[in-house]
Order: sequence, then structure tokens, then C-alpha cells
Amino acid sequence: MGNPIVFGLLAVIAIGSAVGMLTSRNAVYSALFLVLNFATIGVFYIVLNAPFIAMVQITVYAGAIMVLFLFVIMLLGAEQLRGVNSEHWFHLGLSILLAGLLIVAFFIVLVMEGSTTSAAPMIDTSPTALGLRLFEGYNLPFLVTGVLLLSATIGVVIFGFSRKRGENV
Amino acid sequence: MTLGQIALWGLVVGFIMSLVVITGFAYTTLLERKVLARMQARYGPNRAGYIPLPGRGKQERKLLKGFMQPAADAVKLFFKEDNTPAFADKWVYNLAPMLAVIPAILVLAVIPWAGDLPWLPEQYDYFAIVPGLNVAVLFILAVTSISVYGIVLAGWASNSKYAVLGGLRASAQMISYELAMSMTIIIPVMLANSMDLGVIVDAQKGGYYVFLQPIAAIIFCIAVMAELQRAPFDLLEAEQELSSGFNVEYGGMRFGMFFMAEYMKMVSFSAIAATLFFGGYRGPFVDQVPMLGFVYMFGKIFLGLFIMIWIRATFPRLRYDQLMSFGWKKMLPLAVLNFIVLAVVMVMAEEGAFDALQQAVLGIFG
Repeated sequence: MGNPIVFGLLAVIAIGSAVGMLTSRNAVYSALFLVLNFATIGVFYIVLNAPFIAMVQITVYAGAIMVLFLFVIMLLGAEQLRGVNSEHWFHLGLSILLAGLLIVAFFIVLVMEGSTTSAAPMIDTSPTALGLRLFEGYNLPFLVTGVLLLSATIGVVIFGFSRKRGENV
Repeated sequence: MTLGQIALWGLVVGFIMSLVVITGFAYTTLLERKVLARMQARYGPNRAGYIPLPGRGKQERKLLKGFMQPAADAVKLFFKEDNTPAFADKWVYNLAPMLAVIPAILVLAVIPWAGDLPWLPEQYDYFAIVPGLNVAVLFILAVTSISVYGIVLAGWASNSKYAVLGGLRASAQMISYELAMSMTIIIPVMLANSMDLGVIVDAQKGGYYVFLQPIAAIIFCIAVMAELQRAPFDLLEAEQELSSGFNVEYGGMRFGMFFMAEYMKMVSFSAIAATLFFGGYRGPFVDQVPMLGFVYMFGKIFLGLFIMIWIRATFPRLRYDQLMSFGWKKMLPLAVLNFIVLAVVMVMAEEGAFDALQQAVLGIFG
């Protein structure tokens, strides 16, 4: 896990940006905090000796998905959050409960496993090795994921076309 | 080399190369103004600075008229009023110019500038800020994909309708053309069998990829023009419609930073295009004299810049629906088709499907 100071610093940035994302009243600020969070997680991957995943993380999440988020927020002009509504306290209670459960689960796992959470073994993380591993060891899951994404894409195209012709699907 | 030495190398070389490219950016603006002027039968900037030559008779002769123009522009921008609109979002308004400039400089980290120089450290095969990065192509994709934030946020934070429209157009355009660019950026990776830019350049020893894959090279260049938001794809700052789009509320040096980002991106994308498709630092005699790599690289970058300026002077701006249909209905399918055909042909060649053909051709000619 590299240097514990680096890890601590990154963890503080990641958690801080996540908290900022949840608490800011402006949707654009939330989106920017989320971008910072994704970028920090990308740096985590680099620290964990996985540069390929880090670059893909930044390209896909920070580069593509969050640009779309910002696009929609700006297009709708929906950046200002309305006042607190009645469901808010219910959501707050539920999220505190779930966070508590998660912490308990982490605690149990750490106690059960003991302190033997050693660093991951140094493996070859070059794109070549990753591709070989993906296509030799995990060929079927990879194909299934591809088909899943393709079906989603085709579904979007069909919806777009039916809207254009004024038909219902 | 230890980690610290690698970091020191990156810091020192990165500082030097950034300074070189920032100077280059200043003169890119002059180049653009001069070349545009010549193409429109004007003089262009010719007052700020010249080298006097001994006159012939009464005729006064001046060389390099206007070569101090970038310095004059910088001084002018620094002394202009730098105001913030009253209802602008202060934080994001100040953040946006920085977010525009940083990715433009960051891309330079992986560009190989020269081959195996004699004074390079042992482990490095070529001269770059971060040589031997095995995900360099992905790094380029990652950095270019975050470079839209500066423009989008500038548009949003200015609290101006023109600026927001410019930002929206920018994000839609970047998302659309990034797909075609990614599909063509894969082609050199497939041909060179590596994502390391140095290996890609080395693999072009036999022939530049622009000759092997002309369609991919052309699509890449068009997509780069769209990514840079240069004419004919400069819809986000269409003067007639949006006055100047995302940067309409910016003044002084903060406007200058957007200006800088645009021209820095021109330089760095010329360098990427040169590396991926035009042989990078390779050229005649570069194996004997590695220092020639810098010359070839700068020459290719200059050529790329000249072609961009030439295109700006030649083509009218696209309409918005033309832009989208061109990107999605023509460039992307063509890029995907090119990619699939190349993949199939490469696997067939590996399996030996063309051996008989090769034998036959050798039989005829050999």
C-alpha cells in the first residue's frame, strides 16, 4: 500500500471531497467534488501499482461521465437545491444507519482477519499482461459484459428512433 | 535509478520543456496572425520589433518585422483591467482558466522529443519528461478528456447566457469527437503492439503510420481539430452568434490563460499527431545523430500548426447539426470500420492466411 502518509493524505482528500459532494447546495459544486473524488481514486490506483486502471478511471469517470453530468445540470439550469423537504430526515436516518452497519461490518472483518492484510503481491500490471489475463482467464465474463453494454446501447438507439417517428414502444 | 532520481528528472526536464513550449505558444500566436494575414493578402503585425539591415540606397530594409508582437500582447494583457462579473460564481470563475491551461501542458509529459541521446540515463531509451510509461496513450486520452472542464466551467461560472451556450456546445462537441479520436488512437497501438509512445515511434522505422493507415490518420487529424475547437469547428466561440462564447466575461490575463490554453493545445496535439502517425522524432540520419530528433520533431510540429492555420483560413464554420451528423454518422462509423478491418487483417496475417498470397507475389517478382 505504499507510503502510509501518502495513503492517509489521499484518504483525507477522497473522504473530504465525498462529504463536500453530499453537503454542497449547488449541483455544479457537487459535480466538481465528485470529479475530485474520482481523480483521487485514480491516484489511489497508481499508488497500488495499477496505472492502467488509474488512467481508465480518469478517462471514463472524470472525463466522460462527469462531463455528461455537468452538461445535463447546465442544460436544465437545475444547479440550485430547493429547501429541505419532509423526506430529508428519513433519508438522513437511513443513511446514518447504513453507514453504521458498514463500519460494523468493516470492524468485524478486520477483527476476524486479524492484522494479516498484507500488501498485494507485486504482479505484472502492464497493459499487455492485463489484456492477456482478461482474455485468457476471464473470457466469458468479458464477453457477457460486452453484450450487456451493447444491448444497452441498442436500446437507447431504439428509444431515440421511436421518439423521432412519434410511435410508442 | 531510484524513485527520487526519476522524479528529479521529470521535474527538471519538465520545467525546461514547458518553458520551451510556452515560448513556442507565444510565437504560435504570431505565426497564426502572420500566416492568416499572408493568406488574406495583408501584412499582419509588423510594427513591434525588427532587425535593421543596411539599407540599399534610400530603401530602408527591415528583417523579421513584428517579432516582438507576442511580448507586446503579454504586456497589454497584464495591464488590462481584470474584473469579475457581479453575479459570477467567484470560485469556479477563478478556477476555470487554470483548469483550461493545466491539461494543455500536462499532455507534454509523455511526448518523446528525441531518440537515444548519448547523455541519457541508462534506463531511458528516448528523451521525454516521463519516458517508458507503458500507459502513455491512455494518459493522453485521460488528459484530453478532462481538458473540457475549463471551458464548460468558464461558461457556467460567468453567469452569462452566451457563455453558457458556448460551454454547452463545447461539452457536446468534445464528447462526440472524442469517440472517433479514441477509435483512431487505438490504430498505432495495435500496429506497434504497445502503448508506450517511444515504442510506437520506433515501430515507424519502416514506414510512417500515415502511409499504412491513411484513413485513421485523417480521421484523427479532423477529430483533433474538433477537440481543439479550432475553425471550422469553433462553434463554441462563434463570434456572430455568441460574441465569443465561453470566455466572453473574461478579461485581462485570465482571458490570456484561455488564449494560452488554446495555442498550447495546438502545439501539444501537433506533437501527438506527429508521434502517433508521422513518425515522431524519426527522419533521415536520426539513428546516427540523435540530436536531429529535436529538429524533426519541431519541424513536424511546425508543419502541423501551419496546416491548422491553413485550414482556419480556408474553411467556413460548420453549422451545429452538420457538426453533429459529421461526427456521429460519418467519422465514428468509418473509424470503427477501419479498426475492425485492421484487427481482422492483423489476426489473419498472424494466422498465416496471407502466406500463399505472399508466396505467389514472390513467385512472380522474385
